[in-house]
Amino acid sequence: MQIATKEVSAVDMVKTALEKAKRFENYNIFISLNEENALRKAKEIDEKIKKGENPGRLAGVPYALKDNFLNPEGNSTAASKILEPLGSPITATAVEKLEKEGAIMIGRANLDAFAHGSSTENSYFGPTKNSKDEARVAGGSSGGSAVAVALDIVQFATGTDTGGSIRQPASFNGVFGFKPTYGTISRYGVVAMASSTDVIGFFTKSADDMDLLMSICAGQDPKDMTTLPDYYNQTPAKDVKRIGVIKDFDNDKVAPEIREALKSEVKKLESKGCEIVELDMPTLKYALAVYYIIVPAEVSSNLSRYDGIRYAYRSDDAKDLADVYSKTRNDGFMPENKRRIMIGNFVLSSGFYDAYYLKAQKARTKIIEEYSKAFEKCDFILTPVAPNPAFKLGEKVNDPVSMYLEDVMSVPINLAGLPSLSLPVGETKDGLSLGLQLIGPRRSDKNILAFAKELA
Amino acid sequence: MKITREEIDHLAMLSNFSLTNEESESLGQDLENIIGYISQLDELDTEGVEPTYQVFEMENIWRSDEIMPQDADREELLALAPESQDNQIKVPKVL
Repeated sequence: MQIATKEVSAVDMVKTALEKAKRFENYNIFISLNEENALRKAKEIDEKIKKGENPGRLAGVPYALKDNFLNPEGNSTAASKILEPLGSPITATAVEKLEKEGAIMIGRANLDAFAHGSSTENSYFGPTKNSKDEARVAGGSSGGSAVAVALDIVQFATGTDTGGSIRQPASFNGVFGFKPTYGTISRYGVVAMASSTDVIGFFTKSADDMDLLMSICAGQDPKDMTTLPDYYNQTPAKDVKRIGVIKDFDNDKVAPEIREALKSEVKKLESKGCEIVELDMPTLKYALAVYYIIVPAEVSSNLSRYDGIRYAYRSDDAKDLADVYSKTRNDGFMPENKRRIMIGNFVLSSGFYDAYYLKAQKARTKIIEEYSKAFEKCDFILTPVAPNPAFKLGEKVNDPVSMYLEDVMSVPINLAGLPSLSLPVGETKDGLSLGLQLIGPRRSDKNILAFAKELA
Repeated sequence: MKITREEIDHLAMLSNFSLTNEESESLGQDLENIIGYISQLDELDTEGVEPTYQVFEMENIWRSDEIMPQDADREELLALAPESQDNQIKVPKVL
């Protein structure tokens, strides 16, 4: 991480980042820029440095904030119409921790509205374009964050990962994307999607930078009852010897170039003295169905609060109270939000609850057990992140099931609450980014990043 | 599994959406496809398996019974609502 010093001023770093953000405007990376606040903060950092005070571990480092994080600087839209006018009075704990170390938010990054999607095409503000090919998707839901880092506009960006929303866009843009163990970083002040799988993580250019951000943001927060006491900074080093690969993922539904990338990475690991362990995990093929039952159920509940009464937007056509609810929600949500809310209400409704929701929670237990058994045989598991590199804009957006299939290899990790690092492993012959993910047991976050540093 | 128009209307009502006719039709088709996909879970044997509702490793996190300062005060919270009056959130007439 390049931090501000006597030689490199925070003001210059922030100005450069803002200029780049404007130069790459056609990628539609940012929903809004935070110019005035960012420059003011940069001046404060430079003052501190001049006075010889400690400006923090992220002094003057410009970053992009996924726009589902709350912060009073500008509006927190979650890329939706229903929250577009929302100026939040509170600051997310993760933002507070980053800024305490001197990091400076230069803009709010685009996402699929409410983080529902795998391409950033479900944003009310239009899609973000891929950093390698403007005709292709950025991935999602944290598409803006991934592209902001890939194009070197910022040194890092925040993300949220409910089923792959950090790892898949990271792999589509050739950057590191980390989904920590469930409960590692406080979610206070972040727009909830599915509370049993949502986590906060980051995009960076190196495993080192990721480690620094994790060490700053990990830890218990009295404002979020689902945070673990800080284990991250207390993790003892571990000698990694055995890497698992999942047999079932080597099939013709996975693009040949991704299978090749996996094979060459496996060879590299063997040459470094790692033992490769083949894993049989037959329940994983049901993980996507489980995910698209549990997550919509939680979505339907979490998004019921957007009612046209308490937050921001209300439909102009609403004549009576029933109208306020139904017209505001109908106008304010994107089609994908509506699909997920309706599926959630379907799987939770009487008559279907046992067959879908309860069944999925039982299957979730089997998936967790399968990972536990796998980690008796290996230290980490290496798999693709997505079945293909970045696809074309418009290719899948009207076919929800084919869009959901993008998540087939990323969602099982969220259902089990495991940490996973998406790391860049080269490009296709057409110059599209390729990524693989390194998955570990719960609380092995620091060891995953340490191992990734070794691999680099 | 076929999703009838009545079922779509019922789900729209549960979800509080005033769908247009066109939206009901296209969402109906999407929902049918999605439900078709997730129904493959039928094949998986879950006999005798306990459900998992959360993957957080801790239970019963209590906080002490003290009044804690809130991050936002009443004015700031009321300012989020589309309409308010006399320290209350305002909605259209109910009765």
